Amino acid sequence: MTDTSNDNHTPSPSRRSLLGWGGAGLALGAAAAGGAVAMARTDEDGGPDAGTAIAFHGSHQAGITTPVQDRLHFAAFDVTTDDRAEFVQLLKDWTRAARRMTAGQPVGKGGYGGLPEAPPDDTGEALDLKPSRLTLTIGFGPSLFGKFGLAERRPAALVDLPKFAGDNLDENRSGGDLCVQACADDPQVAVHAIRNLARIGFGKVVIRWSQLGFGKTSSTTPEAQTPRNLMGFKDGTRNIAGTETDRLKKFVWVDEKDGPAWMTNGSYLVARRIRMHIETWDRTSLQEQEDIFGRDKGEGAPVGKAKERDEPFLKAMKPDAHVRLAHPDANHGATILRRGYSFTDGTDGLGRLDAGLFFLAYQRDVRKGFIPIQRNLATDALNEYIQHVGSALFAIPPGVRDKDDWWGRTLFSEEA
Amino acid sequence: MRPARPVSAAIAAAAALTAVTGCTEKSSAQEGDHVVHVTATDDKCEVSKKEFPAGHVELAVENKGSKVTEVYVLFPDDRVVTERENIGPGTKQRVTAEVKAGDYQIACKPGMKGDGIRQTVKATGGRTIQRDPRLDKAVAAYRAYAQAQADETLPKAETFAQAVKDGDLEAAKKAYAPSRIGWERTEPVAESFGDIDPKVDVREDGLEAGQDPATDWTGWHRLEKALWQDKKIGDREKELADRLISDLKDWQNRVGKAEITPTSMANGAKELLDEVATGKVTGEEERYSHTDLVDFKANVEGAQKSYELLRPVAQENDKALTTELDRQFAALNTLLDKYRPDTTSYDFTSYDKVGKADRKELSDAVNALAEPLSKLAAAVVK
Repeated sequence: MTDTSNDNHTPSPSRRSLLGWGGAGLALGAAAAGGAVAMARTDEDGGPDAGTAIAFHGSHQAGITTPVQDRLHFAAFDVTTDDRAEFVQLLKDWTRAARRMTAGQPVGKGGYGGLPEAPPDDTGEALDLKPSRLTLTIGFGPSLFGKFGLAERRPAALVDLPKFAGDNLDENRSGGDLCVQACADDPQVAVHAIRNLARIGFGKVVIRWSQLGFGKTSSTTPEAQTPRNLMGFKDGTRNIAGTETDRLKKFVWVDEKDGPAWMTNGSYLVARRIRMHIETWDRTSLQEQEDIFGRDKGEGAPVGKAKERDEPFLKAMKPDAHVRLAHPDANHGATILRRGYSFTDGTDGLGRLDAGLFFLAYQRDVRKGFIPIQRNLATDALNEYIQHVGSALFAIPPGVRDKDDWWGRTLFSEEA
Repeated sequence: MRPARPVSAAIAAAAALTAVTGCTEKSSAQEGDHVVHVTATDDKCEVSKKEFPAGHVELAVENKGSKVTEVYVLFPDDRVVTERENIGPGTKQRVTAEVKAGDYQIACKPGMKGDGIRQTVKATGGRTIQRDPRLDKAVAAYRAYAQAQADETLPKAETFAQAVKDGDLEAAKKAYAPSRIGWERTEPVAESFGDIDPKVDVREDGLEAGQDPATDWTGWHRLEKALWQDKKIGDREKELADRLISDLKDWQNRVGKAEITPTSMANGAKELLDEVATGKVTGEEERYSHTDLVDFKANVEGAQKSYELLRPVAQENDKALTTELDRQFAALNTLLDKYRPDTTSYDFTSYDKVGKADRKELSDAVNALAEPLSKLAAAVVK
C-alpha cells in the first residue's frame, strides 16, 4: 500500500539515486545504464569505502559476514496483525524498501517533491548521504512461530534460551517476534533505515525494543585492526573472518541437512545486551584486568605470548580467565561469529553510565554455539563486572535471491 | 579526494534527471505564475506581484530584517488563509495556499506583533480549482459539524462555569470533562483562530515567555488545576469561569467562517491523532484531572467524522487506504471501549490508573491509525 513504485526507477529528484552504483546487482544502475559496471572501491587507507553500497541480493543475507560497519541500529518488533496475508505483504514492502535503502535510494517516491499537503514517502534524513555500506538483516523470533499457523515450521534449533547464571533480564529489552539489524558506517543511515521500516510497519508490527551501537567490538576482517570494547580490550581477535568459507560453512550457515529446508543458507542470531559496570572496572588494577581477560591490554597478546595473534596457551591463564573459558578449545570446538557493538544509553539514575556491549553472535546452531559457551562462562572472572540485561534469539532466513524475491519467502511460501 | 565518477554513473544521472522532468513537468510549466516573492524587513513588506492566478499560490518569503517575522495571507475580513511564524532574520521560507479568486492581504509582522505591514493583492479568476462536487459537500457538512459542536458545547460549558461560580467543587469536577468534548472533536478548526486556543485550552507550560501564570493563564486547564490540585474555588476561579464562557462564545460565533478545504479536513483528522499521540497518551493534557481518555475519545471521534465525510472520494482513489483506515478506526475504538463500562457514556477510566503496558498499547494503536491517516490528504486530491 505504501510503496508501490517500480524499484527500477526513481521519479523523485534525489542525489542519492546517483550514488547507488558501488555494488554488483544494483537495480538503478542496471536499469538506467543497461548493465552498470560493478565497482568495488577502497579509500586511500585501504579500508572499505563508506560510500559503497553492499549488494542486497545473495544466497545469504548481507550483514553477517559483511565487513563490520561502524554503527548499529537494531530493532526487535512484535507482530500485531493476525492476518497472515497482511504480514506477508509487509515483508514484501519491507524487502522493497530495504532493497532501495541499501542501494542508497530513498523509500518509495522519495523525501520531497510530492504533494505539498501529504507527508513524503521517505523521512528524508538520509537524503544526500552515501549508501554507507548499509546492510539490513531480518530475523524471526521463537514467538513468531506461535502465530499464523507456523508452529510446525519452527526450527528445532530455535530453542527458548535457558536461564544462564547471573542473568538479570529485562523483559522490555528481550525477545521479539522479529528483528532487523541495520549496520552502516553512518549512524544516520542506520537510524533512517529502521525508522522507515517501523513507519511502513505501523498497524502490523510495533517496535518492542531497540538498541543503538557504535564502535564495533568485533571484526570479520582480520587484516583490519581489532577493535576494542568499552573495557579497553581488543575484542574479536579470533573471530571468524568473512572470507573463511570453510569455517563459515561449518559454524555459521545452516546446512540443507540441518533442517528445516526453509532455513538452508540462513543462520541463528543471539542478541544480548550486556551491561558493563565500567566505573568499578576502571578502578581495577591493570594486572587484575589483564588476568580477567587472559590477554594483555596494549597488544592483546595471550598470557605468556608476544603478539595478539599468537596461539593462546590456555593453561597459562587463570582458571577463570575470560579467554580461557570462551575459547573453542575449552568448549569442544564451539565457535560463533561475533558482530557486537558498544552502547551507552545515558545514565542509570545512580550516576553511572548505562553502558556496555550489545553482543550479536551468528551461528549454525545455538545448541552447539552460544549455549555451551555461555554455560562455560558461568565461572568467568569478568562476571563481576558485567550483567546480561537483555536477550533474544532469532532465526535468520537465507538471503533474498533477486528482485522478485522477498524476506521470509522460504518460510511463508508453501512450496519451500 | 574521491575518484571521478565513472561513466556508468553519469548515464544513470542523465536517466534519473529525465525521469524527474517527466514527473514534474505539469507544475513547473506554470512555476512563474503562482510564486509571489515576499521581501520582509523591519519596516517593509514588499511583494513581487500584486496579482496572480487563483488556485495554488506559493509565497517565497525572505526576511531581510533584523527581527523574527511572520507572514500571513488574509481574507479582507482578517480571517487567516495561511500563515507562517518564526521566520528568522536572514532566512527564507515557503508558504503555500489554495486561494479562490478575490482580494486578499499579505501581512508581514516584524517582531511577530501587531497587525503587520500589509499589501493588498488579488487572485484572478481564470484558473479556479476544479473540485469534485462531493468534496464541496463534504466541506459543507464538516462546517456544519464544527458549528454544531460549538453550539452543543456552550450549554455544557455553562453548566461547568455555573458550578465553579457556585463554589461547588464536586459538581464542577463532574462537569469539567464533558464541557471539553465538542472543542476536542474540532480542535484543528478551533485552532485556526489563533487567538482563541491560547485563551481556553493552554496548559501552564504552554504560556509564552514573559507571561505570568497568576494573571495570564486562563481557560479550562487553569480551572482544572484549581479543582483537582488546589482543591479550592476562589474569586479568581469564578472570574475565569465567566471568561471561559465569553471566549467560547467567540469561538461559537466564528467557527462557521473557518477556512476549510478537503485537504485541511484530511490533515485536520491526522492532527487530532497527533494531539492524542503527543498530549493524551502521555497523560500531559489532563495532568490534574486525569480525564485524558475523554479528550482522546473526542479527538478520535472528530477525526473519524472528517474521514467519513471524505471517505467516498478517498475510496475511489485508494481503496487499500480506506480499508486500512476503517480497520484501524474500529480497532482503536474497540480498544478505547475497554476503558469505559458503558459505551454510551463518556465516563472513562482515570488515566493515572492506566498502566505503562496499556499506555503502550494505546500508543501503538494511535500510530497504527495515524500513519495511514497521514495519507488521506493525498488520496482526496489525487
